[in-house]
Amino acid sequence: MTTEETAPLLQLVQVSKHFGDLRAVDDVSLEINQGTVTCIVGPSGSGKSTLLRTVNMLESIDGGAIFFDGEMIGHQVRDGHRIPVSASVARRQTLNFGMVFQHFNLFPNYTALENVTIAPMLVKGVKRKVAEETGARVLAQVGLGDRRDHYPNELSGGQQQRVAIARALAMEPKLLLFDEPTSALDPELVNEVLAVMRGLAEEGATMLIVTHEMRFAEDVADEVIMMDAGRIIERGAPRDVIHNPTAARAQKFFASVGIS
Amino acid sequence: MSQLRRRQRESESTTVKDAEYTASLPIRSRVGIGQWVTYVLGAYLILVLVQFFVFNENWKWETIFSYLFSKVIIEGLLNTISLTVLTTVFGLVIGVFTAWCRLSPYIVLRTAAVLYIWVMRAMPPLVMLLVVFFFGALVPTLNLGIPFVFSIAEVPTNQVISRFSAAVIGLAIYLGAYSAEIFRGGVLSLPSGQFEACRSLGITPVRAYQKILGPQLIRVITPSLANEVITIFKNTSLVSVIGYAELLTTVQTIYARNFETIPLLMVAVIWYLVLTSIAMFGQSRLEKRFGRGFARRKVAPKTGEIPTASGSLTGAEK
Repeated sequence: MTTEETAPLLQLVQVSKHFGDLRAVDDVSLEINQGTVTCIVGPSGSGKSTLLRTVNMLESIDGGAIFFDGEMIGHQVRDGHRIPVSASVARRQTLNFGMVFQHFNLFPNYTALENVTIAPMLVKGVKRKVAEETGARVLAQVGLGDRRDHYPNELSGGQQQRVAIARALAMEPKLLLFDEPTSALDPELVNEVLAVMRGLAEEGATMLIVTHEMRFAEDVADEVIMMDAGRIIERGAPRDVIHNPTAARAQKFFASVGIS
Repeated sequence: MSQLRRRQRESESTTVKDAEYTASLPIRSRVGIGQWVTYVLGAYLILVLVQFFVFNENWKWETIFSYLFSKVIIEGLLNTISLTVLTTVFGLVIGVFTAWCRLSPYIVLRTAAVLYIWVMRAMPPLVMLLVVFFFGALVPTLNLGIPFVFSIAEVPTNQVISRFSAAVIGLAIYLGAYSAEIFRGGVLSLPSGQFEACRSLGITPVRAYQKILGPQLIRVITPSLANEVITIFKNTSLVSVIGYAELLTTVQTIYARNFETIPLLMVAVIWYLVLTSIAMFGQSRLEKRFGRGFARRKVAPKTGEIPTASGSLTGAEK
């Protein structure tokens, strides 16, 4: 839970994001501390994924501000107002985050190892040999040391998602973002991905996870945030949020996913 | 065969008396009547073609072969090839640039690209060639500078426009517009997740296109692009209207003198066949090269076993 003395690693202050009339994210504030796991849950269309995507600038924000390690993300102050940062600053800020997508988004024309090494080589100028050593290490970490020369279409969904996690890890991000990482997987493949994420949590990685896996959230998360209609309606320790929600909407949601 | 007897035969062949014996019978593919009909058709087609090509004096095969490698024809052929190569190179560069403008967030670039594509699509390539060739009649001198204000350099248009350069310019701006739409289609065909993955990894757009998106895009657009390039080298025959001596013009000049029309046209056709074969070979090479990761490999990669549905969970399981 929150440690009072240290400044939060990630801080969202009254963040809003509109799509036309729809308030996808509506005045959301939250803090995430170093080494914690935060799970965001809620019905589909509640703005969880949009919120996650505003953090690494895949979605621009319409109001509020996002701070990482004390630095404002995506905007800079100039003459009493804010303007978007330049593309190169945005890219540097993006490197704070490692993103894992619902649909993996691996590069289909590269092998597992190449998927993991390409960004360090292109972005950080890491030498191929070093990148491959790091790549082999992170692939082994997700249990795919023997699949390095397979192309994504030769891997199962669970394996592809684990490669995607390795690809994010290879960039050594300070915060890992997971956007429904198991929602596109067959039921029997969900656990292998959750196991990798559990392992990362045990090693102290800071993670922000949008998920529908309530048991995982309950076991692993330090804090669970429940969103509905773009707002946070419930937050706190996993046990409290999932089993004793106060908001009526939250009670209904957890009942509908089979948790009483 | 009467209905009744056929029905008897069918029930005999599907009712099983000795299950084990029947199960042990080998399975062969069913040879249908369709197969035999196509064999007969094929044989007939071969007969027709043999009659058409071999037992027809009017081809004058010896005339065809006497011209096929003659100096004038080869010269015309080389002109066709250099015209095609230059046109393709310039055309594709214009195409990539136009597609980039068309997808740009800047409205001026977008509008300019749309206007260019619109005009080029409307204009027959023949008209395009003539307009470029006679551009001097429209604009006698080319100026570099700001219109109505000043000019830094001036060149008489006819010094820039030769038969050859008019052909290259005319065909290249034509190919540019068409290939621009192919490139744009290729970009639109890429899943948005690929762009997002590149962005979230901090890869610059140029590098992303170079290393990740470009190769995927080339795989998708190669068939349509090959079509355009093949169309272009056949369109080079249009430059005969401005009198550039490429393959077809050369052939026409010869048969205008000796009236061996069909044999000389065949000489051109044979060379066009050869060029098309080369282009198609290049196409299949490109498709193989950029198809990696999309087709199933026959040989399993050397370091791993065949992937299983569950995969391995070494070290990651709780």
